[in-house]
Amino acid sequence: MGSNVLLIEDEPNIIEAIRFILARDGWHVQTHSEGTSALAAVLRARPDLLILDVMLPGRSGFDILRDIRACAEIAALPVLMLTAKGQSRDRAMAESLGVSRFMTKPFSNAEMLAAVRDLAAR
Amino acid sequence: MTGTRIRERRLMLGVRQAELARSVGISASYLNLIEHNRRRIGGKLLIDIGRALNVDAATLAEGADAAISSALRDAAAQHESARADLSRIEEFASRFPGWARLLADRQRRVTELERVVEMLSDRLTHDPFLSASLHEVLSTITAIRSTAGILAETEDLDPEWHSRFLRNLRDDSRRLAEGAQALVGYLDDSADVVGRQSLPQEELEDFLDARAYHVAELEEGRDDIDNLIAAADMLVTASGRDLARRYLARYARDAACLPMAPLVAAVARHGLDPAALAQDFGLDPTLVFRRLAALPAERGGADVGLVICDGSGTLTFRKPVAGFALPRFGAACPLWPLYQALSRPMAPIRTTVELSGRPARRFLAYAICQPVAGNGFDSPQVFESSMLILPEPGEDSAPAQPIGTACRICPRPACPARREASILADGFQVGMPAPG
Repeated sequence: MGSNVLLIEDEPNIIEAIRFILARDGWHVQTHSEGTSALAAVLRARPDLLILDVMLPGRSGFDILRDIRACAEIAALPVLMLTAKGQSRDRAMAESLGVSRFMTKPFSNAEMLAAVRDLAAR
Repeated sequence: MTGTRIRERRLMLGVRQAELARSVGISASYLNLIEHNRRRIGGKLLIDIGRALNVDAATLAEGADAAISSALRDAAAQHESARADLSRIEEFASRFPGWARLLADRQRRVTELERVVEMLSDRLTHDPFLSASLHEVLSTITAIRSTAGILAETEDLDPEWHSRFLRNLRDDSRRLAEGAQALVGYLDDSADVVGRQSLPQEELEDFLDARAYHVAELEEGRDDIDNLIAAADMLVTASGRDLARRYLARYARDAACLPMAPLVAAVARHGLDPAALAQDFGLDPTLVFRRLAALPAERGGADVGLVICDGSGTLTFRKPVAGFALPRFGAACPLWPLYQALSRPMAPIRTTVELSGRPARRFLAYAICQPVAGNGFDSPQVFESSMLILPEPGEDSAPAQPIGTACRICPRPACPARREASILADGFQVGMPAPG
């Protein structure tokens, strides 16, 4: 697997922290912070791995994930989903839509890094 | 004393003083005097209060022993193993008065706590403000945790990045403090079961509750809608005022079609029977539903509940009635006749329902779903379903449709319409002695 990560998240300071952590680990990180145009951003960036927040302005991460899995060009993209809503129904929803991994905020930097490395190694 | 026992029973059931007063046709201040034993009570009023609180008038009048017996009966009704001993409650209470009092106190406490949990769960699950606030707080904590981790764990951090992350940390800390403060303030305000009026629909309900859902000014044509809205302190948002304007416009139209005086006279003839009233006046039954819900409390309005939903099932109007809990947020029980009617437009439904709870309460429900008027021929069909909730007449032992308030706070485990687990089953019955 390559080393391109696309991070779709609307919280600027979370973007900055995750970008820093992953960049130091050797990842090339692109970011996007809006839901409506997120699918187009994925198609444009063609990342090796996507980190996707659930609560985004314009469109939810669940809807974006559904579109990704329905789009042949990017259907197999590994997706790590982040949510501040740790309820079991959100996890079940993400799993039913084909998420690769699901993480609940707040998480530690080590957990984030381990999850990204784990997905990349699959 | 009788007043004290009335107050104790009312608080145990979570019924507001104003609500109980309305339901028995007296003022809240008079009920307050009764509850503080400053007015004597007996006869019909005591019977009415007992009925509204679902307890024998004798229990209210006779005192502690009767109250303990009542609580023990409630406790026994929830445990199969104890039901066989129901007839021996008096014997148990007299032989072991300390244990009986303890058990009765625990039963009352459990009931109170269940009501608090129901309210908080309802709020946590469906309150949009709370959900958004928690999301905001958790997102900020995530940013702080990640940034703090970078600062603590990165030994060779570039000075520019160092100051940048410190600045982020400072901004996020401030944001977290503000978010947490707002959240605490919100929850503090919600400590009162009535809760803060934060949604437009709640503003309207607060406005109507203050008038017992009877807008005398519009009945008598002595005030206009804009004046009413301008004078209402509780209508604080533009959305709330807009909702009130639309509701009051419909109220005024309904009142013009079916004025209060002939309605009250007809109710004296037919009782609260909406079918007979609709036939008598040649009017749409849902208009009659709304007019019955607008009856003054002392003319029977206190016994009338009404809920209306749109085609998506969202409750757009709620007039509560004692003993029939309506969800504050989110979806209600799909077994309500309100929703059954939604799947059978224009077919009237009349059914006896039994609401889960302790104790279970029975009501007579009338429901009908109709297209919204004035929608034109070329637009999508828009439906509205209405359900009138009336007291069940007499001690009818006929089977009733079991219903709840909402899945999350409904204790019926085997309900065919269940869409999510009940917190009552998970949170309360687990760990308690298994029945049977």
